[in-house]
Amino acid sequence: MTSVPMTQSSAAERDASEGPFLRVEDLKVTFPTQDGPVTAVQGLSYSVEKGKTLGIVGESGSGKSVSSMAVMGLHDTKSAKISGSIRVDGTEVVGLGESQMRALRGNSMAMIFQDALAALHPFYKIGAQLSEAYLVHHSSASKRDARRKAIEMLDRVGIPQPDRRVDDFPHQFSGGMRQRAMIAMGLINDPSLLIADEPTTALDVTVQAQILDLLQDLQREFNSAVIIITHDLGVIAEMADDVLVMYAGRCVEYGTVKQILTTPEMPYTWGLLSSIPDVHASTDARLIPIPGNPPSLLRPPTGCSFHPRCVHSDKVPGDLCRTELPELLPASSGTAHLKRCHLADPVRVYETEVLPEIAPDLVEETR
Amino acid sequence: MFAYVVKRLISGVLVVTLISMAIFLLFWYGPSSPAQPICDRESGNRCTPARLATYEKTLGYDNPVYEEYGKFVKGVFVGRTLTIASNDYECAAPCLGISFRTKAPVKEELVSRMPATFSIAVGGALLYLLFGVPIGVAAARRRGSLADKSLVSSFLFISSIPYYLFALLTWLYLTVTFEVPLFSNTGYFSPITEGPWKWFSGMFLAWVALGIFGCTQYTRYTRGAMVESLSEDYIRTAKAKGLPARTIIYKHGLRAALVPVVTIFGIDFGTLLAGTIFTERIFEIKGIGWWALEAVTGKDLPVVQATALFGAVALIISNLIVDVVYSVLDPRVRLS
Repeated sequence: MTSVPMTQSSAAERDASEGPFLRVEDLKVTFPTQDGPVTAVQGLSYSVEKGKTLGIVGESGSGKSVSSMAVMGLHDTKSAKISGSIRVDGTEVVGLGESQMRALRGNSMAMIFQDALAALHPFYKIGAQLSEAYLVHHSSASKRDARRKAIEMLDRVGIPQPDRRVDDFPHQFSGGMRQRAMIAMGLINDPSLLIADEPTTALDVTVQAQILDLLQDLQREFNSAVIIITHDLGVIAEMADDVLVMYAGRCVEYGTVKQILTTPEMPYTWGLLSSIPDVHASTDARLIPIPGNPPSLLRPPTGCSFHPRCVHSDKVPGDLCRTELPELLPASSGTAHLKRCHLADPVRVYETEVLPEIAPDLVEETR
Repeated sequence: MFAYVVKRLISGVLVVTLISMAIFLLFWYGPSSPAQPICDRESGNRCTPARLATYEKTLGYDNPVYEEYGKFVKGVFVGRTLTIASNDYECAAPCLGISFRTKAPVKEELVSRMPATFSIAVGGALLYLLFGVPIGVAAARRRGSLADKSLVSSFLFISSIPYYLFALLTWLYLTVTFEVPLFSNTGYFSPITEGPWKWFSGMFLAWVALGIFGCTQYTRYTRGAMVESLSEDYIRTAKAKGLPARTIIYKHGLRAALVPVVTIFGIDFGTLLAGTIFTERIFEIKGIGWWALEAVTGKDLPVVQATALFGAVALIISNLIVDVVYSVLDPRVRLS
């Protein structure tokens, strides 16, 4: 994984196959609403290499899905305003014509959605939906080829008796099988980039684990770049190489999964970590939620958008949190680790105040 | 599927039986004797109690109601001979009675009126589906745009005009005020077997009126269903696959949007078949609707009874067809 695009080592100069497969720079997505324009994503930059997984975490409405849908070109271009740069395998897709975009969609990049029951068409057979995805990018293939490919993919994702189940309708599949079918559909054209938007949210825990394992296996097999969008840090810990934490449409922390999970430097990330229930903790242990609600993107807070909910803003001198948006700057644990926070010494605050609350035994170990 | 259709047909027969009973009872226990209208008609409005009694006796209205209903049902299956005053009238199966006015078997009149009504219904329905559905799809694709908004509001305006007024205005403007030659033949129904052009020119204005009016409604139904289906997750999936817009709109969007439209259409079309009363009256096409209207004003009870029964049968059959189509459109619907 390359460091984040602060170092503008232009990808265009290098051979596209060497650089990251996906490179997003200064992405901004604005939607017009009746109450005025809403900027759902701004100043977002990241990149993903083939074979690597980027996890994007954040609350609902933090811009996780919106940014990924922008990569896929799924926003209605008539209403959504997208600026910045999204390069897929060296091709700039912001402002790309619909027909060229269509050639990329589902072919070199694919997306898996949450709630496969809603995301699959209820009126068409699983096989027909898979074949359709294959045929649209393989115009010379026959229907029989497409069907064979569909059965092969269903088999690959672990659907039993794929030659028979291929003729089932989505409602005849179980929840886990539907998500497997969704994954099969996403991977049928061997995409180099796979975006999984909360792929396990609608599933029960054992099925979740199976689906995540499957995704990892397939990633290894196809060597694709994967973006996994989730609000479950457990999924992140299992799947991701790098993590992007989003809040109110901006990246607030970015680093390797180890950096984010062990030495986070942004109070919002601390909040996310604190609100994970621990099955091993005593039943009296309190879950520490992040106070307040996500901000309205219509009128985002001034300065750091997290300041109204931040319990550490009093440690920042003056009104800085309220008046000035912190830059995304390298954190103390390494240059690849970026954070957007005014706190002067976040490591000390984390170790002395946050860690003892969320993982007391860990504190004792380190002492 | 076959078992389902048989089951539905059986229950349909049951419903028709119940409706026929209800209609029969309504006339039997009506405010005046069921023989009163024919007595009035035959005796030039000098119907004395003695004469009324004669009519009641020959028509069997002095018998218990269940006995007469039994005769009616028997007549439907094997035919019967009806006596009005001193004359006997042969009524072959399926006998629905003898018209009080024409003394002809009701069934024969019904059959002779069907082609006109069917022509109006099929032509009008085809027109409004052919225009309403695509316009609705187009509006849904451009939802929120000026074109969409003005279309929706003007169509709402048209469909809030009472249909009889709309049809009357259509007729007035197109044949009387502007004398459009295409519509000059309106009102002369001739069966399609006697030359398609004659048939077409007689029907055309009725189709236009029914078509435009129905089109405004079907545009709105389709637009609503389409807006909903286009916002579904599976449409996003279709887009993410890289499918062309046409495939997304028609194959994925419209297919789902058609389900509610077909449901409404089933009820609509059944009603149309039962008699397009306003259309027939205004454009002077003598179909079932016209016939029913005549029967009501002429107190021709057997005909009124027959039109009501026919309406029930038409509705039941068109609903059955809709349910079968429904199961073809939506595989989640299991007919059993």
